[in-house]
Amino acid sequence: MKKNLKAWLYLLPAILFLGVFMVYPLVDVCVYSLEENYNFARQSFTGVGLGNFHHVLSDPYFVQALKNTFLIVIITVPLSTGLSLLIALGLSSIKPLKNLYQTVFFLPYVTNTLAVGLVFMILFKNTEYSQAMVNLLITRLGGTGVDFIEGPYWAKMFVMCFYTIWVVMPFKILILTSALASVNQDYYKAARVDGASSGRIFWKITLPMISPTVFYLIITGFIGAFKAYSDEVALFGTNLNAAGMNTIVGYVYDMLYGDSGGFPGYAAAAALILFAIVFTITYINLTMSRNKVQYM
Amino acid sequence: MEMSKKGSRLSKGLIYFLLTVWAVVVLFPFYWMILTSLKDFRVYNTEYIPRFFTANPTLQNYSDAFTSVPLGRYLLNTVIFTAATTGLMMVVIVPAAYAFARLEFKGRNLVFALFLSLMMIPAELVIITNYVTIVNWNMRNTYLGMILPSVTSIFYIYLLKENFEAIPDELYSAAKVDGTSDLKYLLKVMVPISQPTIVTIVILKVIECWNSYVWPRLITYDPNYFLVSNGIQEIRENGFGKENIPAMMAAVVVISIPLIVLFLFFRKKIMAGVSRGGTKG
Repeated sequence: MKKNLKAWLYLLPAILFLGVFMVYPLVDVCVYSLEENYNFARQSFTGVGLGNFHHVLSDPYFVQALKNTFLIVIITVPLSTGLSLLIALGLSSIKPLKNLYQTVFFLPYVTNTLAVGLVFMILFKNTEYSQAMVNLLITRLGGTGVDFIEGPYWAKMFVMCFYTIWVVMPFKILILTSALASVNQDYYKAARVDGASSGRIFWKITLPMISPTVFYLIITGFIGAFKAYSDEVALFGTNLNAAGMNTIVGYVYDMLYGDSGGFPGYAAAAALILFAIVFTITYINLTMSRNKVQYM
Repeated sequence: MEMSKKGSRLSKGLIYFLLTVWAVVVLFPFYWMILTSLKDFRVYNTEYIPRFFTANPTLQNYSDAFTSVPLGRYLLNTVIFTAATTGLMMVVIVPAAYAFARLEFKGRNLVFALFLSLMMIPAELVIITNYVTIVNWNMRNTYLGMILPSVTSIFYIYLLKENFEAIPDELYSAAKVDGTSDLKYLLKVMVPISQPTIVTIVILKVIECWNSYVWPRLITYDPNYFLVSNGIQEIRENGFGKENIPAMMAAVVVISIPLIVLFLFFRKKIMAGVSRGGTKG
């Protein structure tokens, strides 16, 4: 009995913090989402129902945020995963300078995304008296420059995805490189003795062996990309609706706080919709990976 | 044989070329921010087409960054926030991990399973109520309000528990025979032995704290409590005047340096730690 008590005492701080800041909020967010016309100041509401969900789903800002988020997910997840795989394969086939390259590639992981986002903004932004560095490159190659920060939608989406990929690559390269390093070298030796081409070795040995890692990265990549927010703020400023570049998470915070804030009910409904989307996609991913992945 | 050797040299060359291209993509923004931060403001403004070098580097922008905006204040706030959050987190997670790893009690597996299932809850879902909680506790614009919701990490409890469990049972029995208390055993034996893991956890948490943006932004509107992320956003929108890009870049460099130095010192530890289970964001 005394032993039991002592164990709970050791666990008490963790349970207390988790209870107040995780379990209670989890229940509470569902309650909020169902309380219609919640008034923050008076802490009262007019009814219980799906009114918040209805409001959110018919809000043009939310629809825009939904569209932006899906585009970011669909573009950045396959591109960053594929590119990381390519770079990891390159890294694992060289010896000299390998450490140096690895260190450089990991650098974006330890940088403040808000701060470096500002650098990207400057690289991509035209002002009256200065041209974006990137446009210099484009005109040199024979194209016409465009303002990527305040210009057309596709240009903003491009820089958005480019920056997102830049930010998420270090993690993926690192994980894939260590997965490649853990593949048993005997398989390669045997394949080479049999005279298999390197393409065949990749498709028949390497990829199947690292497929659990690849699927892990795809799943976490989807989850991370659906929660995109800080990178957008870094590039386009805090008023993402004005830039037309808001995301679902951005919408949640806008509803909660700031000039458009004070509606925890709408925020809760939007957050639950996001959770439902992420949950569904993760479930589909897991089902697919169960059919495809070969666990050794 | 001759053919394939030539072929492999060619493909080696191609691999190095591609890796170098990506290295340039990664490093160029860093080069650009340092370069711009050293450019004289007037010179910068005359460059319609930005130049890749500057003839007269100046440190003026750095002194501007500290004098015309409260960058020092932001840095100090971030250091306080990071140290307090990380310290408090260790106080919470070390005993919890010890309880799961070494203490026998009823419902241990059930509680641990509940903990693990909480790992799936996205922060976005609970942040709404946490915001209301902190507002109701009158903790906006306080360090405590920023710190409290981020002092537990189930993942780090899990990581530490695994580590504690790997320490041989005999040590524990021997300590018990000697009459050592659990707390003393934890602090004098377990913690020192697990030092590598603890250092990794501390470093990862420090990186997370240094870069945290969303929660501190929700909970503070008084610039006296801004952290660097929020500070840089404030500088961008209301700081030097929108036009003084070189001074902005100087601030960006100052904010980026601490973590880059930390990374260069603990490169192996950080990369090993992240590949064991860190994620971005």
